[in-house]
Formats: sequence, C-alpha cells, structure tokens
Amino acid sequence: MIEILDLTKRYGKFTALDSLNLNIEKGSVFGFVGQNGAGKSTTFSILATLLAPTSGSAYVNGYDVQKEPKLVRKQIGYMPDFFGVYDQLKADEYLHFYGASYGIPFAEREKLIPQLLDLVNLSHKRESYVDLLSRGMKQRLCLARCLIHDPEVLILDEPASGLDPRARVEMREILKELKCMGKTILISSHILPELAEMCDTIGIIDQGKLVAKGSVADIQAQLRGERLISVKVHSELEKAVSFFEDDPNVFKLTLLEDNVTFQFTYKGTPEEQTELLKRAILNNIAITSFAEAETDLEDVFMEITKGVELT
Amino acid sequence: MKNLVVNPVLNKEFKLRFRSFKSYLGVLFYLLALGLIIVGFIFIESLSNNMQGFFKPDQSRTMFMVLSILQLGLILFITPGLTAGVISSERERQTLNIMLTTTQSSSSIILSKLFSSISYLILLIAASLPLYSFVFLFGGISPGQLLTTMGFYLFTILVYGSLGVLFSTLIRKTIVSMVTTYGVTLFLAGGTAFLTLIFMQLTNAYGYTGTQPTNPLAYFPAMLNPVIILMSTFEPEMTNEITRSTGIEFPLWISYLISYTLIFIGAVLLSIKKLRPNMKKG
Repeated sequence: MIEILDLTKRYGKFTALDSLNLNIEKGSVFGFVGQNGAGKSTTFSILATLLAPTSGSAYVNGYDVQKEPKLVRKQIGYMPDFFGVYDQLKADEYLHFYGASYGIPFAEREKLIPQLLDLVNLSHKRESYVDLLSRGMKQRLCLARCLIHDPEVLILDEPASGLDPRARVEMREILKELKCMGKTILISSHILPELAEMCDTIGIIDQGKLVAKGSVADIQAQLRGERLISVKVHSELEKAVSFFEDDPNVFKLTLLEDNVTFQFTYKGTPEEQTELLKRAILNNIAITSFAEAETDLEDVFMEITKGVELT
Repeated sequence: MKNLVVNPVLNKEFKLRFRSFKSYLGVLFYLLALGLIIVGFIFIESLSNNMQGFFKPDQSRTMFMVLSILQLGLILFITPGLTAGVISSERERQTLNIMLTTTQSSSSIILSKLFSSISYLILLIAASLPLYSFVFLFGGISPGQLLTTMGFYLFTILVYGSLGVLFSTLIRKTIVSMVTTYGVTLFLAGGTAFLTLIFMQLTNAYGYTGTQPTNPLAYFPAMLNPVIILMSTFEPEMTNEITRSTGIEFPLWISYLISYTLIFIGAVLLSIKKLRPNMKKG
C-alpha cells in the first residue's frame, strides 16, 4: 500500500531523510517512532505531497507521489502534527468545506457528515463553532475531516499529542475502529506504549534512517541480544548478589528499593540462563522469584536512540 | 467556470468575511466618510460662490474628479491589506497544508482566494455608487464617464490584488508580505509619478534648443501610474502634454491596460506555480 524507496531529503547540508526504505501492507497500522527532528514529519509531508524529496521514490497505493500527486491526494487523509481551524466556521461547515474540496456533492456530504461526526463522538457539536471546541475535540474533528473522502490511507502525525489522558483514550478507540474498517494507518507518536498497543508494526527512525522495524517483540529481539532479569530472594541478599555478579554474562546489577529484589542485564544464551538458575539453587541462594523483567517500547526506543530524552 | 462559481474556497471565504460584524462596520464607515466628503465639498463650494448657494456643473465635475482620486487612493490603500495575507495567513494559521492535501487545483485555490479578497472592495465601491449619483443631480459628468471610472477601478483592484496574492504566496510571513505589497503599490502609484515628473523636467532643462524637445523615458513610468491614467481620462490635456514631452503617440491608457494585464497574468501564474512544491522528478 505504501512503498518508500531510498527516500532522501536534504535541506542544504542537513540530511533530514537518509535513503529511507519502507513497505507498509494494506490494512495494517504502522507506528513511526523517533525523536524530534528524526525525519518522521518529513516522511509524512512527502507522502502527503507537501514536500518534494531530494531523491528516491514514494508510492501510495501504487501512485507515485511525485508523478501523480493529485491521485495520491485522493488516496490519503492527512492530519499534520500542528494544524489550525477556521474560527468562524461551525463543525459541519468545516466538514462541508473539505468535502467540497474533494468534489463530494452537497447531498452526499449531508449524509456523510452526521456519520463522521458520530464516528468521532462529536454529533452534539455539529452546530458549534470550531474555535470553541476543546483541543481533543478539534483533533477528532480533524480526523473526521481526514475521512470525508473515504481515503484508503490515513497519515496521522502525532494525533494524540497535547491531549489529556481521557482524550487520548478516546482517540485510541477511534483509531482502533478505523483499523477494523480496514484503513491503512501510518501514525507517529511519542506516546510509545500506546503505539505498541495499536500498531501491527513499528518503525524506529533516527537521524533520517530506519534503524528498526517489526513488532515490538521483534524489535526487542532484533536490537537487544540481552535480557533484563529480575531476582527476588527472601534472605541473604548479599550472598545472592555476590553469586550473580561472579557470572561473566551478568552486567549492570542494581538493587531495588525493597531490599529483596535486584535486576541485572543478562547477555548469555537461554541455555546459559537455565544453567545459571540451576547453579544458584544448588548454591543455596534463597530465590523466591527469577524472571525476565518486561521492557516496554520506551526502553527500547531510549536504547536505540542512545538515551536522548523524549520530548 | 462552474468550478470557480461553486468553489469551496470562495464559498468559505465569503462565509468567513461576511459573517464578521467588522465587515459591515467597514462599509458603514466608508460610506460615512465618502458622504461627509460630498456634503462638505458641496457646502464649501456653495459658500465660495459669493454666498449665492449655487453648485454649478463644472463644480460637480471637479467634485467627481476629487471623489474618484480619493476612491482610487482608498483602493490602493485597502487592496494590499486585503490580499497580501490570503495565503501566508493560512500558512501561519496552519490550515494551508491541509488545504493543499485536498484535490483542489492550485489555480482554483489562488483564483478563489483573489476573488474572495477583492469582493469586499467591490462591495465597497458598489455601495458607494448611490453617493456618486449625486453628481448627476448637478450635471457635468456623463454616465459613460462614471462607468469608465468604475471599470478602471475593477481592473486596478484585480491587478494590485494579484500582486498581493503573489507576495502572500512567495513570502511566508504575512507582515513581510504586507510590507512588500505596500512597497510595490507605493512605487507604482507614487514612485512612477515622481519618475515621470523627473524625466519630463530633465527633458525641459536639457532640451531647450528652440524646438520642442522629447524624451520617451517619461512615457514608461507614466503608463504604469494609475493616478495619471485616471486623471488623463478627465483631463485629455494631460495626455497631450505627456505625448508632446515623450514623442510617443500610442495612447497611454492602452499601454496601461497591456502592462497591467501582463503583470496580472504573471502574478497569477507565478502564484499558482509556487503554491505547491515542484514535485516533478529532475
């Protein structure tokens, strides 16, 4: 559905996108993760025909964004990270305007708009002026606007940014519904755990390059040949710590605040991990729990992007 | 044509502009100012006739000329303000990108933006027509002259409006676009008049050899100046003077029409080309 081949975008000496390659299947939800300035919005802008690449190609539903931009625009619904609204328009007039911009006849828009407002839970705000809506409502209205011409692909740049937790949950529910409708969704977000929940595939972009792609589990396996192990003992904590520290595959051992649990990074194979546990029990270490600690997407992201703080 | 008439951008712009109470206040104050000028002019001219209270046809004609020049001044002052932010303000308001991802063509967006922004000015002029009809009470002006002046206004608004839209498309910041448009307008309305005068003075100063000296240079700034063109429709002697001085007999107003039509076409085409990025592969 979306194919990106060696896409490069340079602004003078600065390379925003560096030979990006990406393939997104029809009907899938792809999460784009990266720091500010990593190249997410540049990629989205090129796909939305708002920016010409320096080199490379991008295709949406088989249409070349450079050669057939008008056909690409019919295929996509684009929601930018920052967008404005027209102060003096009511919610339904706002949707009428964009519907007319896509050439949808008035009678058809009259049927479509109530359905879209219902989808984004804004039926009660149909007659309200857009500038009087809350930020969350504006985001949802913008999403309804993206859907007015029934595009196959949705390009959503940070759709949940700046929303309160309740609005985020509402947005997530709507996106899940759109996924069920079979839309191909390309979404970027800083709310990484939410992406993990919604997306079939995730791509991590750093300095214009795609550094990882796959499901959350795939990415963890792909990029971290190590596991975080959490061990809990009921007595003789020092003896346990000393035992595990002696193992050559154990790194970064840290004690937790409860004084009975410690965690370490284990770089050995699963077989070696089994052996380690066996030896610990044979050495009378009073283990009550030995488990791999769950690492979330945010940890993976921080690891890959070398700990640069998320904004 | 149908696309332009039922154009969504045009429709939206009309809604936004005429929903605002400020627009109606603008019309009210414009008509009040024009009305005051007319009443004041008639009053002062009547007093100056030895307190006889007459208002002669030639005074009516002078009033029409004063009104027309004033109205032209207002047009040149208001047009950049109405047009120089039509695209850049959408960009600043972060609504332009969304509009550009719709299937509307660039030409449809630019033309509807231009027509919607100048429509307010056209409304002002149309609303002022009943006030203009005062001159028919006293004579001195033919309906044809009034229609010519109105046609001249429409044409001038369109050209200066297209310049405003062009700078608004090329320049990201509305304030910079406004300053640039006002600068160009000032040059075309004031700078060219100044250049015409300088060239004519130079001709007179250096060419005094007994025969009538000519210098074609003065013709070119004169043909770009809307005030000179408007004045020349009232005072044919002015055109004759420029012809004598420049030695070019080609009618000044036709040169104005041609040059301003070229400016209009160039500005609109460039705006259309620059609205969206050039996506063509090299």
